[in-house]
Amino acid sequence: MSIFDKSAFKFSHQHRSFRTSAISNGQIVQFKLSDIGEGITEVTVKEWYVKEGDSVSQFDSICEVQSDKASVTITSRYDGIIRKLHYNLDEIAYVGKPLVDIETDALKDVASEEDVVETPAVSHEEHTHQEIKGHKTLATPAVRRLAMENNIKLSEVVGTGKDNRILKEDILNYLAKQTGAILPPSPKPEIIPPLPKSKTVPAAPKDRGIKIPIPISKPIVFAGKDKTEAVIGFHKAMVKTMTAALKIPHFGYCDEIDLTQLVQLREELKPLAQVRGVKLSFMPFFIKAASLGLLHYPILNASVDENCQNITYKASHNIGVAMDTEQGLIVPNVKNVQVCSVFEIASELNRLLTLGSAGQLGTNDLTGGTFTLSNIGTIGGTYAKPVILPPEVAIGALGKIQVLPRFNGNGEVFKAQIMNVSWSADHRIIDGATMARFSNLWKSYLENPASMLLDLK
Amino acid sequence: MVIPSSLKNCFQLFYVLKISAAGFKYTANRGLILQSVSSDVFQNLAVEDWIHDNMNLENRQVLFLWRNSPTVVIGRHQNPWQECNLKIMRKKNIKLARRRSGGGTVYHDLGNINFTFFTSKKKYERMENLKLVVRALKGLRPQLHVCATDRYDLLLDGNFKISGTAAKLGKTVAYHHCTLLCSADKINLSSVLKSPYKGIKSNATPSMPALVKNLFEEDPTLTCEMVMDAVAAEYARCHQIDHHITLINPADETVFPGINNKTKELQTWEWIYGKTPKFSISTCFNMVYEQSLLEAEVDIHVKHGRIEVCSIVLPEQWLPPAMCNELEKNLIGSKFCPSETTALASTLLRICPQSYELHSKWSLLCENVMTLM
Repeated sequence: MSIFDKSAFKFSHQHRSFRTSAISNGQIVQFKLSDIGEGITEVTVKEWYVKEGDSVSQFDSICEVQSDKASVTITSRYDGIIRKLHYNLDEIAYVGKPLVDIETDALKDVASEEDVVETPAVSHEEHTHQEIKGHKTLATPAVRRLAMENNIKLSEVVGTGKDNRILKEDILNYLAKQTGAILPPSPKPEIIPPLPKSKTVPAAPKDRGIKIPIPISKPIVFAGKDKTEAVIGFHKAMVKTMTAALKIPHFGYCDEIDLTQLVQLREELKPLAQVRGVKLSFMPFFIKAASLGLLHYPILNASVDENCQNITYKASHNIGVAMDTEQGLIVPNVKNVQVCSVFEIASELNRLLTLGSAGQLGTNDLTGGTFTLSNIGTIGGTYAKPVILPPEVAIGALGKIQVLPRFNGNGEVFKAQIMNVSWSADHRIIDGATMARFSNLWKSYLENPASMLLDLK
Repeated sequence: MVIPSSLKNCFQLFYVLKISAAGFKYTANRGLILQSVSSDVFQNLAVEDWIHDNMNLENRQVLFLWRNSPTVVIGRHQNPWQECNLKIMRKKNIKLARRRSGGGTVYHDLGNINFTFFTSKKKYERMENLKLVVRALKGLRPQLHVCATDRYDLLLDGNFKISGTAAKLGKTVAYHHCTLLCSADKINLSSVLKSPYKGIKSNATPSMPALVKNLFEEDPTLTCEMVMDAVAAEYARCHQIDHHITLINPADETVFPGINNKTKELQTWEWIYGKTPKFSISTCFNMVYEQSLLEAEVDIHVKHGRIEVCSIVLPEQWLPPAMCNELEKNLIGSKFCPSETTALASTLLRICPQSYELHSKWSLLCENVMTLM
């Protein structure tokens, strides 16, 4: 409840407002739209950077207006709280008329009309002076307030600005010297574009961990704030999918694969593929070997209905490849791997990767998958615990290839190229033995690539 | 002591560009002519930002010359869906950028020269700048009939637009930039600057389409270098400074501290698309499914580039209402963007009833909704 004099609103110019609320005891100042130049008298308000109730500092951006192909950023002349916006978006604002009402703190010297800071059409720069002990010290009202809050005498601060003007940095440096601590910079109300993937809080000042040797009267102010965002768009869809996925009882099965021979084979085949315009990675081999394995264990390429009452054995091996893009995790798939050569798979992968990084994959590429491989090893890691992507029933995560010592058949140590694989499968319809046998078959094709030749279709 | 002029100019640039926000004045230097070595629109726009934010232009003027690889540049308060053909642009790898100045949409390629005139706010005078460009062109080729209009365009032969203007005014600095069509690809220009999107209702600044012509169509002996040099010479003469063009690299943090952050910000989706003023699309499209023609009605409201309201009306029972609702619900909050929609729709399909018919109908619907983006 306030004893606000309602009639005060009718007079738009300066007056003292008496309130019983906890808000500061300030005066409402009308900030008028100043001259834009070129004889312009009216502009269109295109964007507000503040809303009623926001606090602003001097020099903060208030709004963006446009006039005849010129976009102008209007900045605040005062520190205070925005009490009223005089225009809505797309309305016409007039030069010389009030733009916003700002409630400033009741200071002895409020920024005078001469203190024009956003229109230096005024050739002399006047700042409100403060006469202390006969010294005239130059400082803006914002800086003076900072000094006052910290009980600092401006005459004792060394100004590094133009004409020895005292800047905000000078006050902070002065304080730091006093307390022996480095004060974090005060929070700047910048517009920070929201990051789609990471949900990190804005970085805390570097010196958070530094111990303060001399106790000071004021506590250190930590400028970082928690940031809450709604889960929307693609992430919301992922939440739904993953929630459904975890209803599937997963079991895991892991193994290590000796890729020494495959590494050599790929080295030989890489230039051949290059000549045909295709980049050959390890994935086409992993994918083809998986398809050969699925021919023997088709239950891994199946799908169950919602109540697990029917199993559908899918004829096509549409093997999905997890891809990390700007959106997040997407899984395009290579269609009909069972009738593709390793080269054709490599070619198709190239196409999907190019489209993926350009954000141009179509729905056809992203749907219809029956089995998935995730090559998390390109980023790092050894063993993983992948989550099955419904409506599939199995998934494999491939770790990074490491050079490790292993024993050969003669008991000698040799350098082996080892990669780990982590399978997850739907335990309602797949048992450990099936998974293990499939994995062994897949492993045998990759450890001895020549054996793939026997079974290639 | 006689300092070699190239070295002297190095010192000038060094002092001029190392100005702190506190306002170090190097009064002897009245002006500077800079030319970018980069054709990346984001880097070049970042240079404008940097100069606007960091240089003290109280007693100094700067001319900045730059050209870009094929890009469509929209004004600060414009709607890209209303202004250009995003589909063709994606196919042809033509970039989209949003500048900080107002005005309309333009097409840039290496056959287009951009001039930015930086001054203090009180010395902001667009007509003078345009007259300077006209003088330079006439000096180069007296038979060229070029003039400035009161809309700050430059016309060739009274009919064809060869230059458009935009400006940005900040706290203490103002800049006016304009294009100049020398040998741009007019076929690309007209195909990308035509929006295929129907049913858009928006308060964004619209562009005025105009007949355009390249300067080189009038005089094939001209080159971009000649034109840039002529304007630089005229600028130098007007402001009584050295006719010396300093080449700058917009990626150099030692000369432009903090510029790479500005470049990054200009490339974010939030800036390019997210700054589009609120708008709505109300339209219908036809789909062909198994030899029958179906009509769908769509009403989508977009704010900050994200879908705020989404309504898709389909023929009754063509798709289970629950599925259609699921799509509408999940699109809310999503970016108005085909790749985000594709990723979202494909992911949702995983938890829908698995039937070939439903999947193909869903895919068909989503493909069509994406054509609106």
